[in-house]
Amino acid sequence: MQQEKRLVCVRVNGVVCKAQVETRRLLSDLLRHDLQLTGTHVGCEHGVCGACTVIFNGAPVRSCLMLAVQAHGGELLTVEGLASPDGTLHPLQQAFHDYHGLQCGFCTPGFLMAIYAFLQDNPQPDVSDEAIRVAIAGNLCRCTGYQGIVEAVRHVITQGVAR
Amino acid sequence: MKPPRFTYHDPVARNETLALLDTYGDDAKVLAGGQSLMPLLNMRLAQPAHLVDINHLSDLAYIREQDGGLTIGALTRQRDVERSPLIRQRCPLLAEAIRLVGHPPIRSRGTVCGSLAHADPAAELPAVLLALGGYVRAESCAGVRTIPAAAFFLDQLLTALTPKELLTEAWFPTAPPRSGAAFIEISRRHGDYALAGVAAQITLSADGSVVAANLALIGVGVTPVRASAAETLLIGERPGEAIFTAAGRQASANLDPFTDIHASAAYRRYVAGVLVSRALTIAAERAAGPLTAEATH
Repeated sequence: MQQEKRLVCVRVNGVVCKAQVETRRLLSDLLRHDLQLTGTHVGCEHGVCGACTVIFNGAPVRSCLMLAVQAHGGELLTVEGLASPDGTLHPLQQAFHDYHGLQCGFCTPGFLMAIYAFLQDNPQPDVSDEAIRVAIAGNLCRCTGYQGIVEAVRHVITQGVAR
Repeated sequence: MKPPRFTYHDPVARNETLALLDTYGDDAKVLAGGQSLMPLLNMRLAQPAHLVDINHLSDLAYIREQDGGLTIGALTRQRDVERSPLIRQRCPLLAEAIRLVGHPPIRSRGTVCGSLAHADPAAELPAVLLALGGYVRAESCAGVRTIPAAAFFLDQLLTALTPKELLTEAWFPTAPPRSGAAFIEISRRHGDYALAGVAAQITLSADGSVVAANLALIGVGVTPVRASAAETLLIGERPGEAIFTAAGRQASANLDPFTDIHASAAYRRYVAGVLVSRALTIAAERAAGPLTAEATH
């Protein structure tokens, strides 16, 4: 049996993209393989690790748990869309750099997009350790032990610069 | 870990959807939020020949007042329930539970009705429906029927829905005046599957005694468990540590939990009793004071 193919048209980081894909193609694979946007990473492929987190129509989603065809006509923001066109890092990225919020960097795009969404949805969040750890609880990191990530998020919140 | 092959259907109307389920029912799975089904597909634990994606049925995304409660349509995202002032005011137990479901990205896509239809024994939303005595509406080409919560959750991942039926909405009763609700659970990490959890709602009479109690437990059996005996113990009593501890013990005594790699049966049974006491305490405090949806713990 041949899987049906469909044309998927999505706007990614402001750019209209099209690809002809099988209806069983995951959104994470559309981004990485069909659109060559490999910043979005695939860790577990069953929704637990958060490495594949992207923003879809303004809300954070697990791109490994969406079919590419479900994104048709929608708007995506991926990690590649965070930095400015001139290469200036987004304040979140700069904070991760300054506070050692990454080592191997594999989980980092997922963290950045999840935190980006969290700050959009919570303009004045609690900066306690517990509150920040709850906010990042949907993303797993094997390298850092999370402390640097928590510091980076706290810095961004207290500086109020993440918009 | 990619999905197996399937024939993909994305109907745009309800009758089209029901016709597809009527034709392919036994070999089809409905895809709504996908936060439970997609992991199963990606790991090939489910290999349906047909996938019926209902995400175009936008007329199924609603939260409405109806019959002394709120009906939530099949395509209503958990994220929208989390943000709904109507839910917070009318159904505080649902508002408490929804913020514990997975993580924000899960709630962006996941649906309330999908969680009910999936019936994971550790899921929060089935316990809310069961505790409050809500019901679901199931539609097929043969007609419509309502299924009360007590008759809906049959076994682990098994409900009373037939393969040709679509769960189109769920009804949750409005909390009476002087009610307070709490949902607490134990998990290794915030957002993990609960090892044990309790949905609790207390309603007080004007003189401060318990006039209604709603209690359901998760993670302690193959379905959520209504703690009816513990509820009965509370009626007519004034809130207090002794009676809530007794209710916790009563709830525990009637449990037959399972042991798995995450927790033993003994642990689940013990923790459930403790959580019942704590949840009742918080719910009663909220019933006595101004209603608030913010967690105080």
